[in-house]
Amino acid sequence: MSATLTYPLALEPQGDGWRLILSGDWSLAAMPGVEAQLRSLPATLHGNLVCDWTQAKTPGISPVWALLRRLAQAAPPLDVSHIGNPPHFLELLQKLHVDRHAAYSIQAADPTLERLVGKLGRWSVLQGVHARGVLVFLGRIATVIGQAFSRRRAWRLSSLVRHIYETGITAIPIVALIAFLISVIVAYLGAQQLSRFGADIFVVDLVTIATLREMGVLLTAVIVAGRSGSAFAAEIGVMQLNEETDALRAMGMNPVELLVVPRVLALLIALPLLTIIADAMGLAGGGLLSLINLHIPLPQFTARLRESLSSTTFWAGLVKAPVFAILIAMVGTYRGMQVRDSARELGRLTTVAVVQSIFMVILADALFAVLFVQIKF
Amino acid sequence: MLDPNFNPVIRVRGLQNRFGTQVVHDGLDMEVRQQEIFGVVGGSGAGKSVLLRSILGLRRPNGGTVELYGRDVESLAASDRSSLVQSYGVTFQNGALISSLTVAQNVQLPLREHYSLSESTLDELAEMNLLMVGLTPDAGAKFPAQLSGGMIKRAALARALALEPKLLFLDEPTAGLDPISATAFDELLLYLHSQLRLTVVMITHDLDTLFQTCSRVGVIIDGRMISDTLPDMLKNTNPWIQEYFHGPRARAAEMEAAGGKSHG
Repeated sequence: MSATLTYPLALEPQGDGWRLILSGDWSLAAMPGVEAQLRSLPATLHGNLVCDWTQAKTPGISPVWALLRRLAQAAPPLDVSHIGNPPHFLELLQKLHVDRHAAYSIQAADPTLERLVGKLGRWSVLQGVHARGVLVFLGRIATVIGQAFSRRRAWRLSSLVRHIYETGITAIPIVALIAFLISVIVAYLGAQQLSRFGADIFVVDLVTIATLREMGVLLTAVIVAGRSGSAFAAEIGVMQLNEETDALRAMGMNPVELLVVPRVLALLIALPLLTIIADAMGLAGGGLLSLINLHIPLPQFTARLRESLSSTTFWAGLVKAPVFAILIAMVGTYRGMQVRDSARELGRLTTVAVVQSIFMVILADALFAVLFVQIKF
Repeated sequence: MLDPNFNPVIRVRGLQNRFGTQVVHDGLDMEVRQQEIFGVVGGSGAGKSVLLRSILGLRRPNGGTVELYGRDVESLAASDRSSLVQSYGVTFQNGALISSLTVAQNVQLPLREHYSLSESTLDELAEMNLLMVGLTPDAGAKFPAQLSGGMIKRAALARALALEPKLLFLDEPTAGLDPISATAFDELLLYLHSQLRLTVVMITHDLDTLFQTCSRVGVIIDGRMISDTLPDMLKNTNPWIQEYFHGPRARAAEMEAAGGKSHG
C-alpha cells in the first residue's frame, strides 16, 4: 500500500508495520487540520508504528495529544515509537496518558434507568428537605419573637427603624405614583363604557371599590415584593457569602434575630401604611379624572363616594396587607439565607425570591377573595 | 509575528505608576529572561499587582515602556495584540474562574474563542489540561464553587495553559493553601516548567515557594526593583531585603530549601 494521506500526515508501510511521517505545521493553530487528518487515519492499523517527527514544525501539545489519543484507540493496541527529534513534552503526555487511564478505570458505569430513578429520588428527598427547611425557618422566627417578649434587647429597635425607613418611607413616591396612575386608567376606561349607558356617576363606585378592596393593597404588595423582597434576599445572601452570618453565630448571636425578624416586623408595619397611602392616591386619581373627563365636581364625587362605601370596603383591603407583608418578607429572607458558595446562587435566589413572593401574594389574594365572598365581608 | 525565542522575554523600562498623589512605581526596571522562574516580592502595597497589570496591559502606566518579546506593548496594532495575548497565560489570585461555567468549560473558553474545534476535540483538550495540572477528569464537570482552594488554583493554571503559552504569569499561586498543597503546587510548577520550557513570572509572599522554585528574584522597594539571583539577593545589604530574607520565617524556609537540595 502506498501513502494514502498527505500533509500533515503520511502513512507508509515499513517492514512488518507502519511509518507515520508528520510534516508541516503541528502547532495549536493547525489543530483543525490535524483533527480532520487524524479522523481519516485507517481504523485497521496494527502492529508496529514509527512516528517520524523530522519534518514537523513547532509541534504544540494539543495536536500531539490528539495524535496520541487517536493512536491509543487502535485495537489491537499499536506498538508506537518515536524517532527524528520528537517534541520535548512527549514524556509528559505519555505520563498524562497513564494518569488518564488510571482515572477512568476507577469510574463505574451509570445505566440510564438507574440514573433516572436516582434523579427522581434525589428530587423527592430535596423537596422534603425544602419543606422541612421552611418549617424550621418559621419556627425560628416564632421562637425569636416569643423570646423577645421576655428579653427586651431582642427587639433590635434601631435595625427595625432602619428597615421601616428603607422598605416604607423610601417606597412612598413610587407606590403613590403607580396607585394614582392605575386608578386614573381604570376610571378612564370605566368612563368610556359607563357613559354609553349614561351611568357616568358609577365611575366613582368603580374606582372606590376597585382601589380600596383590591388594587391599592395588591399593587403596593407587588411593588414592595420587587423592591424589598429582592433587597432582603440580596443583602442576606451577600452576608452568607462573606461568612458574616457564620461570624454572628460564632459570636453567640442569632442571625434570625438580627437579620430576619427586624425585616419581617418592619414590612409588617410598613406595608399597611403604604397601602393606606396607595388607597388615598387611588381615590385622588379617580376624583381628578372624574372632574376633568366627566365634569363631576369634587363635592358630588365625595358624596357619591360615601354612598358607595360600605363599612367594610376599606378594611377588606387593608386586612390583607399584613398577610402579604409576612409572605414577602419571609420568602425574601428565607431565600437569602439559602445562598451558598457562589455569586451565581445569589443572583438565582434573588430572582426566585421576587417571583415566588409575587406568586404567593396573588395566590393569597385569590384565597381572600373567595373567603370574603363566603363570609359576605 | 512575535518571536517566542526573543531574549529577554520581558523588558520594563522606567515604569511610572501613580494613584493621585500616591506614587507606586517610580522608574521601575525589570528584565525576565528565557525559561527562568522570576519571583516578584515586595511589601503589601508595594505595587506587585499593579506591575503585573501594567505588563498585561490591563492598566496603562503613567510613564515608561513595557516590552514583551522585544515589542512595545502599548504601540502594538490590534491584530498583534491578540497574538500577544495568546502567547501568555495568567492566573489571578483567587483563580478568577467564571463561576457560571464548569471547570472544563472554563478551560475550553479561550480555545473556543480563538480556534474553531469540534466538541470532542475540545473535551479531549480540556481533559489533557486538567490531567496536566494534576486534576482528575471528573473535576471538569464541577463548578468552581464545588472545588477546594488547591483545586481552584490548579484549575486556573489549566485554563492559563490551554493556549499553550510560553510565558506564564502567576499572582500568588500558593496563597491560602495548606503547606502540603502549596508544596505540591511548587512541584507541579517545576515539573511543567521543565517539561513545557516555560518562562514564569510569579508574584508570591510564600518564602518556601520562592526558595524552592525561583531562579531569580525581583524586590520592589520604594517604587524601584532590585533583581538578582537568589543566593546573591541574600547577600544584599538593603535593610528591607535583609529583614525579608533573614527574618524568622525566611530562615526556616531557607534551611528547608538547602536541606532539600543537598539530599536531592
